[in-house]
Amino acid sequence: MIPHLLSMQDLSVDQITAILDTAETLKEIALRPIAKVPTLRGRTVCNLFFEDSTRTRISFEIAAKRLSADVINFSAKGSSVSKGEGFKDTALTLQAMGVDAIVVRHAASGAPQQLTRWVDAKVLNAGDGWHQHPTQGLLDLFTIRERLGHIEGLRAAVVGDVFHSRVARSVVQGLLTMGAEVTIVGPPTLLPPRVDTWGTAVSHDLDAVLPKTDVLYLLRVQQERMGEQFFPSSREYARIWGVDRDRLARLPEGAVVMHPGPMNRGVEVTADAADAPNSMIQLQVTNGIAVRMSCLYLMLGGEDGRAADVGGRGSNSERVEA
Amino acid sequence: MSGFTLTGARVVDPAGGRDEVANVSIDGEIVVAVGGQVQGTRVDADGLVLAPGLVDLHVHLREPGREDAETVESGTAAAAAGGFTAVCPMANTDPVCDHAGVVEQVSRLAREAGHCDVYPIGAITRGLRGEELAEMGAMAAQGVRCFSDDGMPVRSAQVMRRALEYARTWDAIICNHAEEAALTGPAQMNEGELSSLLGLAGWPHEAEEVMVARDLILARGRGARLHVPHVSTAGAVDLIRDAKARGARVTAEAAPHHFTLVDELVATYDPVYKVNPPLRTKEDVEAVRCGLADGTIDAIATDHAPHPPEQKEQEWAHAPCGMLGLETALAVTLTELVDAQPRVLTLSKALGALSTNPARSRDIGGHGGPIQPGAPANLVLFDPSQRWTVDARALHSRSRNTPFAGTQLRGRVISTLLRGRFTFRDGVLA
Repeated sequence: MIPHLLSMQDLSVDQITAILDTAETLKEIALRPIAKVPTLRGRTVCNLFFEDSTRTRISFEIAAKRLSADVINFSAKGSSVSKGEGFKDTALTLQAMGVDAIVVRHAASGAPQQLTRWVDAKVLNAGDGWHQHPTQGLLDLFTIRERLGHIEGLRAAVVGDVFHSRVARSVVQGLLTMGAEVTIVGPPTLLPPRVDTWGTAVSHDLDAVLPKTDVLYLLRVQQERMGEQFFPSSREYARIWGVDRDRLARLPEGAVVMHPGPMNRGVEVTADAADAPNSMIQLQVTNGIAVRMSCLYLMLGGEDGRAADVGGRGSNSERVEA
Repeated sequence: MSGFTLTGARVVDPAGGRDEVANVSIDGEIVVAVGGQVQGTRVDADGLVLAPGLVDLHVHLREPGREDAETVESGTAAAAAGGFTAVCPMANTDPVCDHAGVVEQVSRLAREAGHCDVYPIGAITRGLRGEELAEMGAMAAQGVRCFSDDGMPVRSAQVMRRALEYARTWDAIICNHAEEAALTGPAQMNEGELSSLLGLAGWPHEAEEVMVARDLILARGRGARLHVPHVSTAGAVDLIRDAKARGARVTAEAAPHHFTLVDELVATYDPVYKVNPPLRTKEDVEAVRCGLADGTIDAIATDHAPHPPEQKEQEWAHAPCGMLGLETALAVTLTELVDAQPRVLTLSKALGALSTNPARSRDIGGHGGPIQPGAPANLVLFDPSQRWTVDARALHSRSRNTPFAGTQLRGRVISTLLRGRFTFRDGVLA
C-alpha cells in the first residue's frame, strides 16, 4: 500500500485509517504472555541512524522484534560513516546486503527520500532534519483516536517551535488530513515561513486559544534557539507560551495534553503539568511501538508486500488495499 | 587569398546592428569581408546563425585547487563547445586568485589549452576573507579588469566602500556576491512556502536585496563601477532598474537557471538543483526575464560551477552549491527566451546579452562583435532549430552537475572560432 513511509503528506485518510486500525490490533500483542508474532520472520530491518535517538531506535527495534523480524542497528557513530564513507555508499552497501526495510534517522532533511533512489528496500523515515517524522505523527493520531474516540472535528493547538520541528510538520498534516482543526501557537519568530499556506489558524495568544482546544500539543523548545535570537530567554518563553497548572485549567473538560519528548520541563511545560492526569505523554511512548509495528507490517507483511492476516480482528487486507 | 568564407549563414551581430544572410570571409585571425563574394575555401553555413563568440562574465574553472571538478583545460573546452570565445573565471580557487601569481598561472594554462580567451577575475580581499584588500594593482598589471570575492560577500560596508574607491585607479569593476550572510546563515534553498514544507533553512530574497541596495548606495556618487552577479530576485531587479535610471555605473548579470528553473524542483531533494543564490519562485523568474528584456540586466552569465558526483550525491544539506552552465547556456536562452511564447528577447537581443553586452561591460576588446573587416574572427556558428537532449555524460566539463540533464532544448552550437581558428568544429572539439 505504501511504497515508502517518507512524509505524512503522502498519506490519504484511508491509508492513515488502515495504519491506525492495524495498530489497534497489534497493540493487543503486547498484552500476550509471549509478546511476539511470526509475521515478519525471515525479514531484515535495518535501523540506520545518522543522528542519535535512543528512544525512536528502541521503539522501532521492539516493534520489529515483536513481529519476528531480524534487526540490525547501524549507527553513524563507530561505523563506516565515521571513517568517511558517504551517505550514498552506505546506502549501496545496505542494498548489496539485501535488507528488506531501512528505518532511517538523519539530521539532513530529505535524506530518506534520497535513499529511495539507491535501494530497493522499503524506507521508513524515523525523522529527517526539520522535515518530517511520520511515525511520530501517526502514533499521536493513534493516541488521540484511542483516547477521544475520533479525530475529525477536534480542535488541536500545536504550540511552540514549529519552525524547527519535524514532529510539527507530521502532526499538523496528519491532523488536517483526518479532519481536525489546527491552530499553530507561538512567537512569530518560531513560525515557519509562509505558515499562512498550511491550512491552519495561527495565534500568538495561548491563553485565548486554550478554552477552545481539545488537543494541546506542546513542542520541544531547544535552548540553542535563544542564542539565535528567536526569543529572548526561556523564562520569557515559559511565561508567555509555557504550560503550567493554571493554563491546564483553562482547557475544556476532557481535553488532552501531548508532547513528543524529550521534554524541557520548566520551559514549554512544567513538571506538574506534564504529569497531570490528562497528559498523554507516557501513552504516546507506549503507542509508538504498536504504530511502528503496524507500519512495518503493512509495508513488509505478505508475499507481495501486502498485509497478511495477523488474526484477532479478521482480515485486514481489505483495509490495507483501500 | 588563403582564408575561407562562411557562406549562407544568417549573420546576427548585435554590435554592428546587422541581421541578414551574408558571406563572412576570414583570413588568418581576422574577418576580411562581410557580405562579399566567396574568398578562399567555401565553408557551407546554410541555415545556420553566425554571431560574435559568446562571452561569459562568471565561471568557475576550479584550477588551481579542485582539478577533480574542473581544470582550465576542461572548463575552456566546455566553453568552446558552448560557443564561448571568452570567459571570466572567479577568484575562489585554492590558492585564491588574490595575487598576480594565480592570475599568471590561470592565464598560462588557458593559453596552453587554446580553447578560448580567459580573463581572470581577481579577489577583492585577501583569501576572500573580507578583511584586507588584495593587491589589486599587481593583478591589474596582469590585465585584471574585475575584482570579486564571489561565493563570499564582502560583509563590511567599510571594506566594500574602500574597494569601490580603490578600484577607480584602473577604472576596474567591483562585483560583490550579493548575499547578506547574517540573513542566510545555514540557508539551503529559497525561503518560502517550499522551504517551510521541506524543512530546509531558507535563503530569503531580502538577503540579496539588502546587499544589492547597500552596494548601490556605496557606489553612488563615487564614480565607481559595480557589477551585480547572478541576480535572482524580483526586488533586486527593481533596485538595479532604479539605480540605472539615476545614472549609476552599474551592470548586472543573470544565470540561465535563474530565468528558467523554480524552487519547486528542490522537492526532489536532488542536490543538482542546489545553487547559490537558490532557485527562486515563478514571480522571480518572471522578473529576471523582464529585467533582461528591458536591459536592466545586461548579460547572461552562467555561473558555471562544476562539482564532482561524489560531492553532489550527498545529503542535500551537505552537498555544495553550483550548476554547470557553459554547454547549455545558448540553447537554454534560445529555447526559453527567444522561442518562448510570448517571446522575451529577439535573437539579436539574446545574443547581445550573451556576447556584446558582457564584452563591453568588462572592456573585453576583440570579443562581442562587431563582425566587420579588420575585427578578430571570434565567432559562433549555431543551428537555431536543431533539437537535442542534454546528456550530462556527453559534456566536455569534468563534472556532470547540469540541472538540464534529460531536457530537450532547441538550438545547438555547430562551430566556434577563436581568432579565425576553429576551437569547436561541426560538433567536435577542434
